[in-house]
Amino acid sequence: MSSRPMPADPMIQQLIRQARQAQFGRRALLTGGAGAAALALAACATGSAAKPTAAADVSGNDKTLRWDNWALYIDVDDAGNYPTLEAFTAETGITVNYTEAVDDNNTYYGKVKDQLALGKDIGADTVCLTDWMVGRLARFGYLQELDHANIPNLTNLLPSLKDVDFDPGRELSVPWQGGFAGICWNKEKFPDGITSVEQLWNTPELKGRVGVLSEMRDTMGLIMLDAGIDISGDWGDEEFTAAIDVLKKQVSDGQVRNIKGNSYKEDLVNGDSLAAIVWSGDIVQLNAENGDKWGFVVPDKGGTIWNDNFVVPIGSAHKANAEALINYYYDPAVAAEVAAYVNFITPVAGAKEAAMEIDPELAENPLIFPDDATLAKAKVFRTLSGAEEQTYGAQFQSILLGA
Amino acid sequence: MAFAAFASTAAPPTDAPPRRRSKVALLLLLPGILYLVLFFLAPLVSLILTSLQAPSEFGDIGMYSYAFRWENYVAVIEQYWPHILRSFGYALIATVLALAFSYPLAYFIGVTARRWPLLQSLMLVLVIAPFFISFLLRTLAWKQILSDESFLVTSLKAVSLLAPDAHLTGTAFSVIFGLTYNFIPFMTLPLYTTLERLDLRYLEAGNDLYASGFHTFRTVTIPLSMPGIVAGTLLTFIPAAGDYINASRDFLGGADTQMIGNVIEANFLVLLNYPAAAALSIILMTVILVMVGVYVKRSGTEELL
Repeated sequence: MSSRPMPADPMIQQLIRQARQAQFGRRALLTGGAGAAALALAACATGSAAKPTAAADVSGNDKTLRWDNWALYIDVDDAGNYPTLEAFTAETGITVNYTEAVDDNNTYYGKVKDQLALGKDIGADTVCLTDWMVGRLARFGYLQELDHANIPNLTNLLPSLKDVDFDPGRELSVPWQGGFAGICWNKEKFPDGITSVEQLWNTPELKGRVGVLSEMRDTMGLIMLDAGIDISGDWGDEEFTAAIDVLKKQVSDGQVRNIKGNSYKEDLVNGDSLAAIVWSGDIVQLNAENGDKWGFVVPDKGGTIWNDNFVVPIGSAHKANAEALINYYYDPAVAAEVAAYVNFITPVAGAKEAAMEIDPELAENPLIFPDDATLAKAKVFRTLSGAEEQTYGAQFQSILLGA
Repeated sequence: MAFAAFASTAAPPTDAPPRRRSKVALLLLLPGILYLVLFFLAPLVSLILTSLQAPSEFGDIGMYSYAFRWENYVAVIEQYWPHILRSFGYALIATVLALAFSYPLAYFIGVTARRWPLLQSLMLVLVIAPFFISFLLRTLAWKQILSDESFLVTSLKAVSLLAPDAHLTGTAFSVIFGLTYNFIPFMTLPLYTTLERLDLRYLEAGNDLYASGFHTFRTVTIPLSMPGIVAGTLLTFIPAAGDYINASRDFLGGADTQMIGNVIEANFLVLLNYPAAAALSIILMTVILVMVGVYVKRSGTEELL
């Protein structure tokens, strides 16, 4: 279809062109202006309770593995390569696609839950998630059972981690790294230290400068431990609600200002938080970057200990490759190499001795290789039932949302 | 002469074939319509269905089945009405502030600076320049600037403009500040496009008729720039009301400054309460739609919609 021919006169042609341009500019800007932003959440079918079945394993002839993990959670050299992973590939012929895809348990779950429910591939053959999230995935039947015969090095797993309530016998998950939640303080402002939850609440100079984690189990765990409750034992609504009231009061009184996820580190650095409930590994890292500015302690009344665990999602077709990877990282020498970089607690027995050879100072760091006294103070937050997860989560979120 | 001859041979007047405007128009619209159906209508229907879901019987956390549970709406309004009100309150204040900052700026660029085209384009670039940096980074930068030990806060405390134990981050002030700052370009640009076309002879006429400067501004300039004001306020208000970055506890907000976007996020990601998140989204959309409709009708610029 042809458009109306232009008039012959070049002057008129020029005028038409100008008019068209002017119209275009105006129209484009105005329609852009009136376009209303529409917010549409992708809704999902969430009703089904049927459990998906595991994908067939093709590891035998497909030597690849996709591993989703948290940021800064593996050894990296100056060129940006992962030395232990390269050694693994050289040893086994399995190429690993390592992605820092996990930013937060909840957002990661939100991203993959629909595929998991359908038993589809989530784009990762193994992923490291925190205890409670592993518990949820296990309950839903979203994980593949691991073949311990393929992981002989699993005998190196620390005895205290062999039986956990969310995965008795470690049939579905194997720890990658762990850490404590405890209390840290700014050593310049508080040379004597802030070493208990009670001190966080009762130090007047800390008004508005206390931070707590938005991770419910760590913040509530420390508060409950401070009240003398064994969080890994038998406790219920009454104990939890009492602890919620404590936190609610501290937030509404303005003692606690910052309730944050990973971004709490910025608050420590810029001074918004002078003392906070934090994760041990982060403090090791912050101290290395900012000159030993913070002290960290697992309070005498107790702190929490958690692990991020390897799991193989139900839709993965490379389970045997994942098992080979886990086996590799349970070699104490490899575990020590990783520990030297990531500053979290390794679950591999014998890694401390191996670390002695690489870097004796590192092996002495109680935050990476904790002594028995520290370990005795650290408790695991017991696994919650689905109903508890819902009600406790709602109670905790209502504080975070100021409702 | 040669030029004219060339021109006439280039475009010989021929009889155009009969037009089939409607079919072509439809064809051209098709991608847009498909896009809207696929990425707007379908998710919207799904959103409405989700908002009416009920928890599955014996279901675990995050398991819901289709139902007609309109009580979800009552429940979320009962629980979260302060956040809904706060969102619109913050968005309204931010919009008014952005207008107050942007109007003089746009007037200067579009009218006063007409004599200096170079200055005009330079200032336009300055208005747009922040877009070259990610929204998140800019907001994080403000978090540092407003933090307790920052130069700004310590100076304000030194001159007693701020109480010794007061702070800026995590307060309503910093959230509204962030909203205003982040949406100012959306206000300035539409204002500029209308003011840039303002015919100065109208202002001269006002002067000739002995109107004061203010009177001319009120009765001539403002009505003529109304399309820009409406477009700018809509572009600021709508995203500001649904914004969840500025108010987020990880950025400029605190526990008592959470807006509706943060509530939706928490319900969707943490609590896995999808019906509540969906119901809140629909409430937000409906309220905005009604407010915008009334606003546009009252300001007499329906042709913008």
